[in-house]
Amino acid sequence: MSWIPAPVSRFFHRTSSPPYFYALADRFIPWLTVIFLVLLGAGLYGGLYLAPTDYQQGDSYRIIYIHVPAAWMSLFIYVLMAVMGGIALIWRMKLAEVMLISSAPIGAGFTFVALVTGSLWGKPMWGTWWVWDARLTSELILLFLYLGVISLYGAIEEKRAAARAVSILALVGVVNIPIIHYSVQWWNTLHQGPTVSKMDKPSIHVSMLVPLLLMAVAFKFYYLIAVLQAAKLELLKRETSSQWVKSLLEKQA
Amino acid sequence: MSWESFLYMGGYAIYVWPAYGVTALVLVVNIVLPVLQRKQLLRELTIKQKRSQAR
Repeated sequence: MSWIPAPVSRFFHRTSSPPYFYALADRFIPWLTVIFLVLLGAGLYGGLYLAPTDYQQGDSYRIIYIHVPAAWMSLFIYVLMAVMGGIALIWRMKLAEVMLISSAPIGAGFTFVALVTGSLWGKPMWGTWWVWDARLTSELILLFLYLGVISLYGAIEEKRAAARAVSILALVGVVNIPIIHYSVQWWNTLHQGPTVSKMDKPSIHVSMLVPLLLMAVAFKFYYLIAVLQAAKLELLKRETSSQWVKSLLEKQA
Repeated sequence: MSWESFLYMGGYAIYVWPAYGVTALVLVVNIVLPVLQRKQLLRELTIKQKRSQAR
């Protein structure tokens, strides 16, 4: 790939080598954890304590500080997985396969959180735990896509073949993402429209918006920590007989 | 604001706190599980390595 500058391609080659990546993850995780905890603390303090009570929804609206960031993450991680899937299919890059499959349980977790917290918010506000409307249904499909990726990967013995199958599934499933995003505009739904992304006039007060954004960034850092932990495990599993794992074991002994 | 009124959440405590609880649980599980599994795997691999060296 001559169109990529040499230092960039060198960086990618080095970072994508498993032992280098493993050591790099170990170095980064403590810092990421500190940043995550600070953002989380500030976001929770701002959202649960400082932010005023909503004049229509009372304090039930405070579920927004986990519901919306979790829902954003559920979409963001899926798009990342599709990108990794593309890279894995085109360049056969092992690390992209590892990152794809390591992301799936985290994405499934955030999707589950978005659905459950939405349900717990819907009951007092809409009077129902669940409706089969466009936003809720498409988000539920997203959960099944994540679970599909996890079980398909588990079902195929040979891991490189499994990764290829999963990459295709991740890419195909990405059509669901714009459907989820625009569902509140395309269909009449019980779910409210976008609050934050209306840039001309966000319909949320700044004292409520700041904690929401803090939580959203905190969840991004959480994802980095969780995906690195999962990737370390996946790399070890795949490369048990390789030289770098042997020397890692000797170092630990 | 007192602790009681904070925990009371304007009457929505039974919705707000379970929502936060479930979130915390899922987030913790997705970190702890891979860490525990990795430690287990490293232990198994160390034992295997020792055995093959003893032979």
